[in-house]
Amino acid sequence: MSTETTETIVLVGHGMVGQRFLEALAERGVTDRARIVVLAEEPRAAYDRVQLTSYFSGRTPEDLCMVEDGFIDRHGIELHLDDPAETIDRTAKTVTARSGRTYAYDTLVLATGSYPFVPPVPGKDATGCFVYRTIEDLLAIEEYAKNSTTGAVVGGGLLGLEAAGALKGLGLDTHIVEFAPRLMPVQVDEGGGAALLRTIEGMGLTVHTGVGTQEVLTANGAVTGMALSDGSTVDTDLVVFSAGVRPRDQLARDCGLAVGERGGITVDEQCRTVTDPDVFAIGECALAADGRVYGLVAPGYEQAETAADTITGERRSFTGADLSTKLKLLGVDVASFGDAHGTAEGCLDVVYSDSRSGIYKKLVIGRDGELLGGILVGDAEAYGTLRPLTGSVPPVAPEQLVLPAGAGGPVQIGPSALPDEAVICSCHNVSKGTIRAAVTEHSCTTVPEVKKCTKAGTGCGSCVKVLGQLVTAELEASGVVVDKGLCGCFAQTRQELYEIVRTLRITSYQTLLDNHGREAARGGDGCEVCKPTVGSIIASLAPTIGADGYVLAGEQAALQDTNDHFLANMQKNGSYSIVPRIPGGEITPEKLIVIGEVARDFGLYTKITGGQRIDMFGARVDQLPMIWARLVDAGFESGHAYGKALRTVKSCVGQTWCRYGVQDSVRMAIDLELRYRGLRSPHKLKSAVSGCQRECAEAQSKDFGVIATANGWNLYVGGNGGATPRHADLLAQDLSDAELIRLIDRFLMFYIRTADRLERTSTWLERIDGGLDHVRGVVVHDSLGICDELEALMADHVANYRDEWAETINDPERLARFVSFVNAPEAPDPTVRFVPERDQIKPEPAELPLLQIRTLEGSAAR
Amino acid sequence: MTIAPERTDVRLELRVADEWFPVCELSALIPGRGVAALLPDGRQVAVFVDRTGTPYAVGNQDPFTGAYVLSRGLVGSADGRPFVASPLLKQRFDLATGRCLDDDEVTIEAYDVRTSVAPPALR
Ligand code: SRM
Ligand SMILES: Cc1cc2nc3c(=O)[nH]c(=O)nc-3n(C[C@H](O)[C@H](O)[C@H](O)COP(=O)(O)OP(=O)(O)OC[C@H]3O[C@@H](n4cnc5c(N)ncnc54)[C@H](O)[C@@H]3O)c2cc1C
Ligand code: SF4
Ligand code: FES
Repeated sequence: MSTETTETIVLVGHGMVGQRFLEALAERGVTDRARIVVLAEEPRAAYDRVQLTSYFSGRTPEDLCMVEDGFIDRHGIELHLDDPAETIDRTAKTVTARSGRTYAYDTLVLATGSYPFVPPVPGKDATGCFVYRTIEDLLAIEEYAKNSTTGAVVGGGLLGLEAAGALKGLGLDTHIVEFAPRLMPVQVDEGGGAALLRTIEGMGLTVHTGVGTQEVLTANGAVTGMALSDGSTVDTDLVVFSAGVRPRDQLARDCGLAVGERGGITVDEQCRTVTDPDVFAIGECALAADGRVYGLVAPGYEQAETAADTITGERRSFTGADLSTKLKLLGVDVASFGDAHGTAEGCLDVVYSDSRSGIYKKLVIGRDGELLGGILVGDAEAYGTLRPLTGSVPPVAPEQLVLPAGAGGPVQIGPSALPDEAVICSCHNVSKGTIRAAVTEHSCTTVPEVKKCTKAGTGCGSCVKVLGQLVTAELEASGVVVDKGLCGCFAQTRQELYEIVRTLRITSYQTLLDNHGREAARGGDGCEVCKPTVGSIIASLAPTIGADGYVLAGEQAALQDTNDHFLANMQKNGSYSIVPRIPGGEITPEKLIVIGEVARDFGLYTKITGGQRIDMFGARVDQLPMIWARLVDAGFESGHAYGKALRTVKSCVGQTWCRYGVQDSVRMAIDLELRYRGLRSPHKLKSAVSGCQRECAEAQSKDFGVIATANGWNLYVGGNGGATPRHADLLAQDLSDAELIRLIDRFLMFYIRTADRLERTSTWLERIDGGLDHVRGVVVHDSLGICDELEALMADHVANYRDEWAETINDPERLARFVSFVNAPEAPDPTVRFVPERDQIKPEPAELPLLQIRTLEGSAAR
Repeated sequence: MTIAPERTDVRLELRVADEWFPVCELSALIPGRGVAALLPDGRQVAVFVDRTGTPYAVGNQDPFTGAYVLSRGLVGSADGRPFVASPLLKQRFDLATGRCLDDDEVTIEAYDVRTSVAPPALR
């Protein structure tokens, strides 16, 4: 209980802004000296409402949580979930919660957010009517959608479009009803609305603009349709109201705090209520000193900081904020910034509009040529540089800023044109100067380091691209010459070498080195970095450029890493392991018996791997052909455990047996494994197929993972286990078998073409310019027009696949290499020795006093 | 079977205690890769030819792991000098001198090698 000396701060509402306020208190050390009580209405701690919709693409409520592990406990905060504040007594300075508990406060902070506005139409409370604000709302919509085929969203604003995207993702035929004559009336103008409309209709959604909802039609208390103001009706099973939000100010009204005419708790520039100096209001429930209620999170964060500073006696004001936004709605980029609607006197518009491709760009230019604001629809690339330029005269003519590349010169002005004061990250209010200082003064050399140091880019993420450009520019300016070459022999990157090999059809490493290597390296022997890299590039492209597809053919044999050279993985004592392919993890008892017999006859240590197959360890190099002869004879193929190639496609048991399964995941896993087996790539490739959302095959930790849906397959890419785990991103939803395979073909070939050496898809996706959006553009929407070629490359691979081991054991010349000693082919290597352990063998510990091992770059499997 | 005309039957020899010890025919080696050979006293050597056909030989044991595997490493060249990279942890060794390029304190044995036309007995 509070003693007389301990100050108590009570926070009502644990939403995004409330949490930020708590963090601000903790940063200022207030949590050490004051008692902090938080009353929260929702059953869960603060979560990322902005990313709410990502729940439907696989993010769990836990992923969305905004409270760092242990934060609440560490700072001794008393957080009461599911217990909203019901009354405030400002005279006694107490708050009473629904549970009946009463808390005395010295300072009260209201952060109660907004509620969705539901127009008062008949039938609005019928079963099947929802709003879109909380995780609970989403869970309810998801459940109800299972028995629905059609959904309608009332409201075509920002949130309405998000809701519509979610309904579409749930497989519903989706309608959007908007009262205004265009979509997103607040953010975009007529031209932008038209571009948006075209694109959204192109996705198969039905849009009704300029009409209101008159009634929700029902039968037996459940929704059946909607009557619209133009006399038409829409049949629908489900309605989501998304017609705007209203500040939650009832609690404040009830205790006599002043509220605005159209709602919102009236506060001053310090976020203190104008009525009571001990009460503050922040976030969407507050009517700021500039007379506005802000429905975006960034201004709310600034209010949270302002309130925290004020409470600790610092001087800080919130006088208003920029309403700039960049969003991705239904996959369409939409951005507006500054005076987007051109309200300033004497301003003029520069507009580029191409409704064919759904692109609309408008810049508002002031009387003196300064940029005042703008709207970008369909292509918002330039947002990151244009927004910070607001208020200044752009360095090039405004026309050039909106014209597409190729139609009028430099479209992009780099971030170097921006002044130091320009705010790059609006979520965290980080200026260009601060970012430059992170590089020059705090010696950050990568974007992740700069993010950590400045917080820039850790909010909505829309500034990350510009951030990357700034970091590179700054590094280059400070004289750090980044040699992007592959190694001491080649000044090109792997991607550049791939293009050279592909276009010039170079099938020999020596030719490549002698004609394209660094001057000093030409005519030499290359090195252990570029040889396997080039070997892999030639192997990936073999059928297309006319090279032999067999990795041990001719010169190619000399390029392969040791493991590829012997088609097995070398172990610490020079012995090898053997991993036959077991597609999808499915295996007949007969084949299992063969593996058992082979392992027994050769005395191999046998282990079930983490990849749903079986590994046999401890074979001498001279035993490999004999072992493989038996395996090939029983129908096994190489599992490529040694190569930078496809490893396994894991599967769960799926629909055939499992009560939850919605597709045959085993069949799909086998199909995929057989299709991509043997494909050489910059790093290993792993995949998995799960039969339903329970995800027993862990597809979201794979380079490409597939999860069954009622309508087909969802494809995830860029997942990784290993040292730096990464959750895969959803690339496309509800694909048919053929669509799925086509997208994977393109995805893999695009990765092989553009990745660096030893770069898994996860790091590649994080590094590549434009990230996931760019990759989606290329492989789903064919934005580069190369999909035909990517598919053809894969078709070549599939048509020309041969099992390396079958080929090797049938080739006496190759087999001659599998000896321990060139001058004593019959003799086993006496240094490869084993000792018993748990009824099997293990390598005998090395006897020589080993040297201290310093691991080098590229060691182990690299 | 036909005898391939380009086979010159050039023999690769290694100096062991002032004797030239025949190891194998040069044609058994692929440029850029190695083979292991057993010496009469049980020692193992790793024998390589570089891209120009010049032969080299060093001890087969990788001093960093104790395994006898250097013959299975990849050959490369740095500043015009050929090296082999250990297949286990990738340390590089100068093929002519045995010096480790990644650790100044480590050197492995390097052997003198020569090629000679095989005497009829060996044909
Ligand atoms: C055998 C096995 C462990 C086991 O006993 O279960 C294994 C063994 C090796 N792993 Fe692994 N990994 C095995 C499953 C995994 C998994 C689990 C999975 O695939 O579900 C992972 C994490 C998932 C992932 O890759 O995202 C895994 C992450 C790694 C990594 C780290 C990769 C990364 O991106 O961080 C390496 C190192 C590398 O590739 O650079 C590695 C490298 C290796 C190497 C090749 C290291 C080497 O060169 O000696 C090991 C040799 C295997 C051999 O000699 O046969 N192994 N390895 C598993 C073989 C699966 C198979 O059937 O092919
Ligand atoms: C789908 C969606 C997408 C969005 N996208 C964006 C975007 O892209 N960019 C952007 O800037 N903004 C976006 N927003 C808006 C953004 O989420 C809000 O601006 C932000 O959440 C406001 O934070 P807040 O803390 O003020 O309110 P909230 O996050 O709503 O938190 C208020 C909390 O207070 C609780 N509460 C209310 N009354 C009481 C009471 N009496 N006692 C206890 N607790 C109470 C509520 O239950 C709630 O948990 C989006 C919103 C939604 C719904
Ligand atoms: S992922 Fe789904 S279908 Fe597959 S085993 Fe698990 S619960 Fe069953
Ligand atoms: S602008 Fe949102 S994270 Fe930087």
